Amino acid sequence: MNQLKRIAGIIWIVLGPAGIFYLIKTAAAEIAKKPVLDTKIQWGVFVVVFMPIAMGMVIFGYYAFKGEYDHLPERSEELLD
Amino acid sequence: MKETKGIWKVIGASSLGTLIEWYDFYIFGSLATVLASQFFPKTNPTAALLSTLATFAAGFIVRPFGALVFGRLGDLIGRKYTFLLTLVLMGGSTFAIGLVPSYESIGFAAPILVLLLRLLQGLALGGEYGGAATYVAEHSPAHRRGFFTSWIQTTATLGLFVSLGVILLTRHSLDADPAKSIAKFNDWGWRIPFLVSIFLVVVSIYIRLKMKESPLFEKLKAAGTRSVNPLKESFGHKSNLKMVLLALFGATMGQGVVWYTGQFYAQSFIENVCKVDFDQSRTILIWAILFATPFFVVFGSWSDKVGRKWIMLTGMLLAVVSYQFLFKQILDLTDPKTKMELVEKRESKSALAPIPHTADSLRTVVSKIFYADGMTMIETKKDTLYTVGKTTIKPDIKISKVVGNGDYWKIVFFVFIMIFYVTMVYGPIAAFLVELFPTKIRYTSMSLPYHIGNGVFGGLTPFIATLLTTIYTNDKLVGLMYPIIIAAVCLVIGTLYITNRIDPEIDD
Repeated sequence: MNQLKRIAGIIWIVLGPAGIFYLIKTAAAEIAKKPVLDTKIQWGVFVVVFMPIAMGMVIFGYYAFKGEYDHLPERSEELLD
Repeated sequence: MKETKGIWKVIGASSLGTLIEWYDFYIFGSLATVLASQFFPKTNPTAALLSTLATFAAGFIVRPFGALVFGRLGDLIGRKYTFLLTLVLMGGSTFAIGLVPSYESIGFAAPILVLLLRLLQGLALGGEYGGAATYVAEHSPAHRRGFFTSWIQTTATLGLFVSLGVILLTRHSLDADPAKSIAKFNDWGWRIPFLVSIFLVVVSIYIRLKMKESPLFEKLKAAGTRSVNPLKESFGHKSNLKMVLLALFGATMGQGVVWYTGQFYAQSFIENVCKVDFDQSRTILIWAILFATPFFVVFGSWSDKVGRKWIMLTGMLLAVVSYQFLFKQILDLTDPKTKMELVEKRESKSALAPIPHTADSLRTVVSKIFYADGMTMIETKKDTLYTVGKTTIKPDIKISKVVGNGDYWKIVFFVFIMIFYVTMVYGPIAAFLVELFPTKIRYTSMSLPYHIGNGVFGGLTPFIATLLTTIYTNDKLVGLMYPIIIAAVCLVIGTLYITNRIDPEIDD
């Protein structure tokens, strides 16, 4: 199971940038199709908001790949070290 | 017995305030169309509606910031005063929205003021939930934590229920003539749901002032072991950050989209895609909420016995595999092509009105079409008759359907199923999040993943789903791809990485 968790980590690492690439590509296409302020604000907000979340996904994947989730903490001391 | 009595007081006081905050937050979203006509330029109604929806989204996007600001405060000065502050902020902003003059009166200051107040609402909501859930959990015995915190979980849905109820009640009670009542509501009556909020907030503040601080926080305070920098300890240390990320990607992200699909996108879909009229699309949701709400407590309580993980993930799985089917059923039930028209009963009225300063006229044709199963469809077609021989290329057609009694209850049932999934994913999640983090940084640590999951992933669901239907116009169900993909990814992550263990002690 731990092996599977680590391998899946690679998927999460790739998923972050892949998601952002798709988002930016769609945003660019939609803005080009209808270049008004409303469209730009709308898609701009999406990109800005989802960018840090995608980075979080990459970090999550990295932790998973490194085996950080092989054992989950059972006491608070393990979280506060 | 004495201990349990104390807990019920804690739950009552916390839930009432949280319910009011949700009510305040939802009335804005529920009145999006009316607010668009009041506060945004009327030249382009779609742009006006999008602007309001964007404002709605802005309300959700600032929620994670509220989680950081108030979460930090809650871990530094205590739970009680922090979620008292969020209540004041929310109540004040809501009341103020009800007082803002329209765009016609003060120009662009109106939408700007509304936007700022909406952002304050989002900020306040970001601080409220984590405080209430933490406060109740820190008063609860370990073996009934899921049960007691599930009462807090009902408040979001009940807040929506109350907001829909108040809106419908106000809309129909301003004049004896229903049409005049609706016109008055759209003109000034929409302010009432915002203004009455102040009375509810004052009562709730009074109750919360009488409450004591969380015993676990008091213990930390007495021992001098409170966190000095909750943000750094929550997100700057790998050992805790990894749990924050797990909570987000393995639980709240999927829970958020399931929640907003069932309670918001479903209603928007029924009204805007299926063209069911304003009142019916809302009463359908009201009934579904009423029948499903007890299940928050059922699943919260059950999670004390079998663990939180599998209940939440089963809810996500059911949503992923059945959304397409459920929405398709609703679409078919409201599709005139599947019904037999009572041709002899068809009514049609035509009116011609001159267009000022031109020789042209505006023709309005209202057709009322009756179907054998009880559905009535009103089609309003408007086109311009030009004196110089041109004809309207594409007349403006508006459709409004009132479904028959049998189909009405079938739709209630399908929406109930969706909200049932919401109760599965949402009922146990407060206990799950509370158990994931230590007392000294609990408020901060659990608030952020909760509000990114619900505020960003969930809150943007109706918006992104509607946007998808405008990009891929041939498929009316394409909007569901967003919640299905997000919930599926979350389901896989949750299955792989989350543990089903119930933490016996959260006072460490």
